[in-house]
Amino acid sequence: MAQVELVGIRKAFGPVVAVEDANITFEEGSFTTLLGPSGCGKTTLLRMIAGLESPTTGDILVGGRRVNDIPIHKRNLGLVFQNYALFPHKTIGENIAFGLKYRGVPKEDARKKVTEALNIVRLPGVEERFPTQLSGGQQQRIALARAIVIEPDVLLLDEPLSALDANLREEMRVELKAIQNRIGVTSIFVTHDQSEALAMSDRIVVMSAGRVEQIGTPELVYNRPASEFVTTFLGNANILSGTVKALNDGIAELEVPALGSLYAMLEASERQQVKSGAPVKLSIKAEKLALEDQRTAEEHDTVLTAQVRDVDYQGQVARYFLQAGNQALQAINQIDERPHTVGADVSVRIRARDCVILPA
Amino acid sequence: MGWNLIRLYAVAVYIFMFAPVAVVLLLAFNSSQFGGFPIEGFSLQWFEKLYENEAIVRAFKTSFVLGIGTAILATTIGILASLALVRYRFPGKAWITTFLISPVLVPETVLAVGLLLFLRWLSMPRSFALLLIGHTIIALPFVVLVVQARLVGIRKDYEEAALSLGANPLQTFFQITLPLLMPAVFAGALFAFTISFDNITATIFWRPAGSETVPTQIFGMLRNSVSPEINALGFVMIVITVGVPLMAGGLARYFTRKKR
Repeated sequence: MAQVELVGIRKAFGPVVAVEDANITFEEGSFTTLLGPSGCGKTTLLRMIAGLESPTTGDILVGGRRVNDIPIHKRNLGLVFQNYALFPHKTIGENIAFGLKYRGVPKEDARKKVTEALNIVRLPGVEERFPTQLSGGQQQRIALARAIVIEPDVLLLDEPLSALDANLREEMRVELKAIQNRIGVTSIFVTHDQSEALAMSDRIVVMSAGRVEQIGTPELVYNRPASEFVTTFLGNANILSGTVKALNDGIAELEVPALGSLYAMLEASERQQVKSGAPVKLSIKAEKLALEDQRTAEEHDTVLTAQVRDVDYQGQVARYFLQAGNQALQAINQIDERPHTVGADVSVRIRARDCVILPA
Repeated sequence: MGWNLIRLYAVAVYIFMFAPVAVVLLLAFNSSQFGGFPIEGFSLQWFEKLYENEAIVRAFKTSFVLGIGTAILATTIGILASLALVRYRFPGKAWITTFLISPVLVPETVLAVGLLLFLRWLSMPRSFALLLIGHTIIALPFVVLVVQARLVGIRKDYEEAALSLGANPLQTFFQITLPLLMPAVFAGALFAFTISFDNITATIFWRPAGSETVPTQIFGMLRNSVSPEINALGFVMIVITVGVPLMAGGLARYFTRKKR
């Protein structure tokens, strides 16, 4: 197990820049997710850590040692692929023992380790079968077993759940996280699925167009997004433009053209950045808009009236498309008996602590 | 009505294609001294004659050694070339691909004369080695095409997974890439063998003096007379060039089934 550090990593493929100035520290034993849409550079970053690509500039450190010039087969990393990549011509046992062979593990010990690894992924007794005889989810467990049996310094997971169907995916993500917790290996997980990222990670690195947008705990990147991209990528967010009218003890009073006055509560670290009179962008997550006073009032609340334009019924919750003046808003609320109907006028309550001023 | 016409037409095409082959096969067993119909009686004497004819046996040996040599050389070079062309990016890749495939496109006579002129320029005599090299050049495009097609279908993930588990690139090739490539390697080698075994045009130009392969031997014998021996020889050739790939295909299927 080791800490992984990326220092000023840049990667260009010819004129195309895939990753720009990435500085990330992956703590020892932590589970970190690289999250972003396809083409954001997350996979390239993972492949550079793995040694499958080399950075154009910058250093990669594993356990404090610079590994830029160490070829992949000497890096001692576990790698799990989206398509499992189990060797089709080898049995499950041979697949898992493959890495042990090159570590000089005696045959008898290797057998024990294979059995142990299969127990960890809860698929005992399949050593003699071939990969094609297992289901997708089982194959991915074998791929995981193959990666962890070599006791890697770092476990790299490249969208390992994307090829599985929806139910299995949720089951596997709980299990994957449990296994990671148990063996405590430093893990770096690549995904474009925000719910996977939020559910599994100790920390999330949100990436867009080759750049790191924000690094933080799931709660932080979800609730205190650092950019418009982050807030729209994670969940459903309302983005409003306004001007700072006044700053008062951590509360910013904002003038939003279509809606009037709104208040935003600032965290201590954010107070420096917001200046009176400056134009700002504001993010409010859709589920934070409470319709028809389902919530007790707080100081600095804003209450608006809006009309329901459309309803996206989802069973437990409904997503409402609202119109307040000439401002469109989205709200996601629990359904109490039945959803609000299209055309109805509803009151919308917004709390100051749910309004996040995005850094300029 | 329409379908019957099409059926008839299809049958006619098959007859046109296979009748000459059938004639050779049948006449090989004709006891008559003169190669022609009607067949007078069944006999294996022409096969016996064939076996007793030292020149023919020698030609067979030459053809076999040449075919196997061509298969080994062409597959080895073909695999390496395919790996480079599919797995790596380098300048001039498109040109090299075209260049490797070009022996198929260039008329064989031109290729044959070209290689001879080149050797004259190097002041090297014609030899068995030259023949082997020549056949390898002719067979190479087929191997490259077959192996490349298979290699494109083998995802890089397998190799990357092996590398990540600690196998070095060479071990990865022998443990992962080559076994997965094996069906194509096998097919390519068979192609190379049959192409070499069948070849006559280029062989006539390249063979060293006094050395014959089976096709050039037949060609030489035909200049004197159409002896029934030639039919027998034709029969053996057909059996080899059709039978070897068929048998190999059967074996391959048997082994894959056994593994499951």
